[in-house]
Amino acid sequence: MAGRIGQGTPPRPSPDPRVAVSMTVNGERIEREVSPRMLLSDFIRHELRLTGTHVGCEHGVCGCCTVIIDGHAGRSCLAFAVQADGAEIRTIESVAGPDGSLHPVQRAFRECHGLQCGYCTPGFVMAIVDYLEGNEDPDLSDDAIRAVLSGNLCRCTGYKNIVAAFRRSAALMRGAG
Amino acid sequence: MSTRRFGERIERNADAALLRGEGSFIDDIDLPGALHAAFARSTVARAKLRSVDVSAAEALDGVVRVYTCENIGALDAPLPLLIPAPDLTHPKTQRPLARDDVFYVGQCIAMVVAVDRYVAEDAVRLIEIDYDPLPVEMDLDKAVMDDAPRVHPDVPNNVAGRFCVETGDTDAAFAEAEHVTRIRVRLERSTAAPLECRAIAARWEAVTGELTVWDSTQSTLSVRGGLASLFRIDEDKVRVIAPNVGGGFGQKIMMFHPDEMLVPLAAMELGRPVKYIEDRVENFIGASQERAQIHTLEIAAMKDGRVIGLRDDFLHDTGAFIPYGVAVALVSATSIAGPYRIPNFRVTFRPVYLPAVQVTPYRGCGRPHACYAIERAMDQLAGELGLDRFEVRRRNFIGKDEFPYLREGLIFADGLHVSHDSGAYEEALETLCRTIDVDGFRAAQAAAREEGRYLGLGLGFYVEGTGLGPYEGGHVKIHPITGKVYVNTGLTDQGQGHETVFAQIAAEQTGARVDDVIVVEGDTGAFEWGVATFASRAAVCSGNAIHMAAVKARAQIVEAAANMMECSQEDIELRDGAAWVKGTDRSATLAEIATATNPLRYAFNKPSASATQFAPASRHDGPQLAEGRTPGIEATDYYSPPHATWAFGAHAAVIEVDPELCTIEVRRYVCIHDCGRMINPTIVEGQVMGGIAQGVGGAFYERCEFDEDGTPLNANFMDFLMPYATEVPDVEILHSETPTPLNPLGVKGVGEAGTIPVAQVYASAVEDALRPFGIAPIREAPLTPDAIHRMLRQARKS
Repeated sequence: MAGRIGQGTPPRPSPDPRVAVSMTVNGERIEREVSPRMLLSDFIRHELRLTGTHVGCEHGVCGCCTVIIDGHAGRSCLAFAVQADGAEIRTIESVAGPDGSLHPVQRAFRECHGLQCGYCTPGFVMAIVDYLEGNEDPDLSDDAIRAVLSGNLCRCTGYKNIVAAFRRSAALMRGAG
Repeated sequence: MSTRRFGERIERNADAALLRGEGSFIDDIDLPGALHAAFARSTVARAKLRSVDVSAAEALDGVVRVYTCENIGALDAPLPLLIPAPDLTHPKTQRPLARDDVFYVGQCIAMVVAVDRYVAEDAVRLIEIDYDPLPVEMDLDKAVMDDAPRVHPDVPNNVAGRFCVETGDTDAAFAEAEHVTRIRVRLERSTAAPLECRAIAARWEAVTGELTVWDSTQSTLSVRGGLASLFRIDEDKVRVIAPNVGGGFGQKIMMFHPDEMLVPLAAMELGRPVKYIEDRVENFIGASQERAQIHTLEIAAMKDGRVIGLRDDFLHDTGAFIPYGVAVALVSATSIAGPYRIPNFRVTFRPVYLPAVQVTPYRGCGRPHACYAIERAMDQLAGELGLDRFEVRRRNFIGKDEFPYLREGLIFADGLHVSHDSGAYEEALETLCRTIDVDGFRAAQAAAREEGRYLGLGLGFYVEGTGLGPYEGGHVKIHPITGKVYVNTGLTDQGQGHETVFAQIAAEQTGARVDDVIVVEGDTGAFEWGVATFASRAAVCSGNAIHMAAVKARAQIVEAAANMMECSQEDIELRDGAAWVKGTDRSATLAEIATATNPLRYAFNKPSASATQFAPASRHDGPQLAEGRTPGIEATDYYSPPHATWAFGAHAAVIEVDPELCTIEVRRYVCIHDCGRMINPTIVEGQVMGGIAQGVGGAFYERCEFDEDGTPLNANFMDFLMPYATEVPDVEILHSETPTPLNPLGVKGVGEAGTIPVAQVYASAVEDALRPFGIAPIREAPLTPDAIHRMLRQARKS
């Protein structure tokens, strides 16, 4: 059963053409040549090996692949890498401090048990970081929070603790400890 | 001062890495030179395959190999029947790649392996498949009729087997009954939809003959056993690892989805790592689903509301194959009496083949179905006898002094008897009533009706047989250098927080800090005895095994510490990662103790120097490891439950229905839950809340739809309506803690519980809200705005 057919013979490469792209990812200038049909999510995950950005549905519904593109939360599965040419992108890997210390949003998720399997979590964190960093005085009513979260699916938590984490994030970002 | 860790709300050990994006899900694992697989899947529900032409696909640049049933050697055979049963007279399992016939849309016909997924999918589209379609019947009721088209030509009426379970004397009960209530309920097919789809990667080391498989599975050990068997490789040469798993909910307990065999095969044949990352559409059409059943249920009651007998006959949609046996249906059958005495009942059921992807357990596993059937019937009984819905339940609960309550003659899904071990059912209902304020609600409901608003109160009670065997193990070791506690078991984690609760259990005994306990599971290289994560069994089976091993380790620590510090064992206390002589500041760290008990030749650090051969502390006249001793601090033990332990709970909700838009708004949702002693209440609440959210999906949103030809109609997240934060209500979670006498920790399972009663709660509330319109009783799950509209229109007509 365990044959060695093909071993040592490099496969014929993909016939796709290559296009140069450059962008800034987590503050670092990136230049690569990629297939024009490579999704931005695949580019981030497989070319840059930033695997904290996850892919849950490949059609923009679940929000697992949320990253911040030019200052706005967006779905990296709905864009091609070449469309992000020249863009500035932030992924989950940029959120904690260089020493690994957790961002207030991350701390809040941990304190509030806002994650279980952790697969959707980076998408939620990016959406919340984007929202709270852009809103000094966020509406923290249940309905308002749930509306902000309504672009991301979670199958584990039932959202209750994510709502709590959102509220706690806002408090921590205002310096409450 | 307290070293107590069991029962506390401790933050999870796993969270920081997941939050930083440093999780390690299958597709996050970098395997240089990896090839990527994609599948050609049937687009027809039932057909003869006239031809499969892969030549164009093979010719495409970037394609390395195309597999069909013709070139997979010995794998071209029906997959194993995982749980055989005597009455399963017509078991059918699928082949990894279709041969001659296809049985559902999504069935794998060919696998392409290419340099990347893009090319692999291009090649899939170049495969020419010629079908000769056959007639199908997608309706569960009609599929069992004599003239229905058969999914498998040799299975009459599409029935995989005829099953009957009985306790007591059902016929005598019906002869004695003063009142009989009859209902028929229907639950639709749904799917677990974990956010990480199924995924697998495999690497074959030709030099050493070792196969490593990373599988997003709930059962690494079973997958290893299966691969060793299929490929005829010794178990020690197959290592299966489930790193981070992005949700499972039962879908990933099913093993040998075709890719789980074909990806390792390709890795072995092609000499490169191979990955297959299922996409969302494939998860909808190729991965196990669950939930569809139709129950026809009768309950025999006395005029005072006491139920003395029950008869249930149900059809269970098993899809085109039945690889997991009748586990789901059997759980439904044996859970049908819920928390009620009902001393006499008979359940007959038929698993039915339909040309759709196979059915295997999904969170709840037959329990939501049984709960919906019995609880709908109890509501109806209350109405027919003019009793309050809460009161009719009170009159039938197994009383606090009646435990253990054996259901004589019933055999549960673990092959053991059904015995409710402990509970406080009536007390739970009273707490629920008090919290939701039933009388206050009735006043609010009346006032709302005056304003033309329609509020309803729903309730549902459930029980759950949890912690099924056969057994799990626990291994506890103190690392001599770091002093950390290293714990292993044979399970896998999909986010339930095993790494934290097992650490709490080990810390409680060893005195280590919880974050100094390393829990490694989901790796057959780390621990190789056990079964899997399913049936709400992790805390019960592995939790107790780890506890028992940790108790042994504690005894070793105390004995060694007493020797080292020359005091009596009674004077030793364990806390803060060390053993202390009570009332003094003398202590020895766990590292020092683990080192001192491990005679050494070489010194790496200060403590280890004292364990080397010439150190005064380790001078011996005889063997340095005394006869019968094992080195260091290390213990292993196993826990095998006598039978399932029965958790329970009750939910109530206030729901407002808009009779114009046919939409609903949950005003309040209260849950009281009892899983015995809680190891970590925060994690228990997380499990319950997550379960409820999945229940909400099944109550009002989620169902897998097919057209008459068997084509899935909503196999994506746009059309399959999974609840967002805007659809899941906030839930008030209350705890009741009735320990089980069955295991040392007194714990019961909690993973599935929340899901079980939600469809009943929604149905019961909507029915109550729309009572003024005279609608017919609700008998279907999920409810939908369409269904509400239909019921209101019918009520207006009649």
